[in-house]
Amino acid sequence: MDLYRSHVLVCGGTGCVSSESEKIIDTFNELLVEHGLDHEVKVVRTGCFGLCEAGPVVVVYPEGAFYSMIKVSDVPTIVEEHLLKGRIVTDLLYKDHTTAETMNSIDDVGFYKKQRRVALRNCGVINPESIEEYIAFDGYQALGKVLTEMTPDQVIDIIKHSGLRGRGGGGFPTGMKWEFTQKAAGDLKYVACNADEGDPGAFMDRSVLEGDPHAIVEAMAIAGYAVGASKGFVYVRAEYPIAVKRLQIAIDDAKENGLLGEDIFGTGFDFDMEIRLGAGAFVCGEETALIASIEGKRGMPKVRPPFPAVKGIFDKPTLLNNVETFANVPQIILKGAEWFASIGTEKSKGTKVFALAGKINNTGLLEIPMGTTLRETIYEVGGGIPNGKAFKAVQTGGPSGGCIPAEYLDTPIDYDNLISLGSMMGSGGMIVLDEDNCMVDVARFFLDFTEEESCGKCTPCREGTKRMHELLDKIVDGKGTMEDVEKLETLAKTIKGASLCGLGQTAPNPVLSTLKYFRHEYEAHVIDHKCPAGVCAALLQYLVIPDLCKKCGICAAKCPVNCISGVKGKEVYLIDQDKCIKCGACLDACPFKAIKKG
Amino acid sequence: MKSIAELEAIRKRAQDGVKLRSERDGVRVVVGMATCGIAAGARPVMMALVEEVNKRQLKNVVITQTGCIGACRLEPMVEVYKGEEKTTYVKLTPEDARKIVAEHLVNGHVVKECTIGAYEK
Repeated sequence: MDLYRSHVLVCGGTGCVSSESEKIIDTFNELLVEHGLDHEVKVVRTGCFGLCEAGPVVVVYPEGAFYSMIKVSDVPTIVEEHLLKGRIVTDLLYKDHTTAETMNSIDDVGFYKKQRRVALRNCGVINPESIEEYIAFDGYQALGKVLTEMTPDQVIDIIKHSGLRGRGGGGFPTGMKWEFTQKAAGDLKYVACNADEGDPGAFMDRSVLEGDPHAIVEAMAIAGYAVGASKGFVYVRAEYPIAVKRLQIAIDDAKENGLLGEDIFGTGFDFDMEIRLGAGAFVCGEETALIASIEGKRGMPKVRPPFPAVKGIFDKPTLLNNVETFANVPQIILKGAEWFASIGTEKSKGTKVFALAGKINNTGLLEIPMGTTLRETIYEVGGGIPNGKAFKAVQTGGPSGGCIPAEYLDTPIDYDNLISLGSMMGSGGMIVLDEDNCMVDVARFFLDFTEEESCGKCTPCREGTKRMHELLDKIVDGKGTMEDVEKLETLAKTIKGASLCGLGQTAPNPVLSTLKYFRHEYEAHVIDHKCPAGVCAALLQYLVIPDLCKKCGICAAKCPVNCISGVKGKEVYLIDQDKCIKCGACLDACPFKAIKKG
Repeated sequence: MKSIAELEAIRKRAQDGVKLRSERDGVRVVVGMATCGIAAGARPVMMALVEEVNKRQLKNVVITQTGCIGACRLEPMVEVYKGEEKTTYVKLTPEDARKIVAEHLVNGHVVKECTIGAYEK
């Protein structure tokens, strides 16, 4: 084995790959050969580092130098300065948003300080395509321990006592799910992993599969032993090609090393698994629809009970857990239930991964202990809101969740607190909204999504989401009445109560939560015909402020529909409101800020 | 995989390959690798250090490089940081480097004849 004095870790997550990180890896390898360093320095492609905002990310060990936004053209500098001469290239290091300080080491970056990585512990640390590196970081130790030292009942006990709850959204206690499946009568049982991550903007499951696929393989084998299954399925969407590829490599390597297959560790336990690709329908993240899809049927939900634990894939008892839930399992086995239960709040144990997006400085993936407040998450880990804008709300739980306003920023994040605020944990999407976001428009965006993704099986969801969408369109166009707002609320409550599956039961949440906390914005649209955030085009007006107008005519020249009239140098310009298409070109063009939006 | 021992063997072997990334404290060995250092032969010295540390499976040792230390005439130079204590070695050969690993890092005795103090006398 070659000995290396330095490791160059390059992010190979989907975000960084789309900004040429593959090319960066190739360039590093070429230049290392050119400088005769290829036997001293090793280039490793890792999973997501989480700080996607700063991507592509390159970290050089042993110094831990954290380079951000690296371009292919920066690679020669890093090779010639840092790797050849040992001088860290300060200009390319990550700079903190809040303190504007340059960070030398990845350990000093504020984004990581409040984080506690359990599910993501190997992401950005190991090469996900190397089973040896996973084993080096204690991989498959938990499976070994379970198979040689523990009974299935003991495994379930540990999971139960750890307090782990489903990370896919519902928050059902994982240990109980395992116990139900174990106790269910049946000769054949299955373990399935839900990797059909559908919330817009959420990518934690993808990152785990891309960055640490063996953790899922190991956890599913442990689950198989606990519930008495010898076959596993991972249901992942085909839109995640890198995740699918790395998971397949992990499964193949595990088989080759006898960590999957027959008689694992000589204990007589057999376990095998395969990947099933989904076509990307949101409803297939619902467990009964997912099972139908694995069976080769159209992905539509069924009435529960019977629950999958009793009657799941091919009518056999099936344990179905989400990717992030599984990613916690090997750690719980190795470090114990007490260790896991010591993190988090009374009813929500451990950590949670969030995908932070929207109006936030540190867009990316973060893992924080349950009980961290929204304020800490957004301002300390997330680095606050860009351009000095004011925080308005945070949307959690994707299309099934709701918007939480500023007065609840100090709420500790856990399953129950978010539900009592009218939102939910969901899979962990977190979208930050600022003063420029219109809440009615946000609600409409999510309704647009759920209407599109409704499978059509039950009427409340199929028809209801469409009608709600129409009412929101009417309000946004300035044609709504207060009766419409009331109708919207009644409709939302009905859909919530009457829909068949989770999709319909939660689809009204964005509307209900915005009505609860931002009713004044709905009223402004309906009564005053104004959009306070200046988003809804139909309610906007661009006006020239006569006192400030210097009669230069630039606005008229920029207007694409020629609706601004005036005489250059002589007459104040005027916008014809009937012709104006509200594009905002004049506002951007005016050098004297003489045009206002309102 | 037929036994836990087999897994343990892979783990031991694989850990050597990744320990650069996990160890953040302990002894730091810094090699001067500016143009002056490289010209004087710092690269073979550094590789000798890396090889010897790995051969002896030393934990908690990080070998890094730095720029010009300032005394170019004394290159190749190596500085060993052990807690508060700092030792500066000068005019090293790869053999000296191996000796430093064995004597200083393993046994805890500074290799006096290679230090800047010994040379400057």
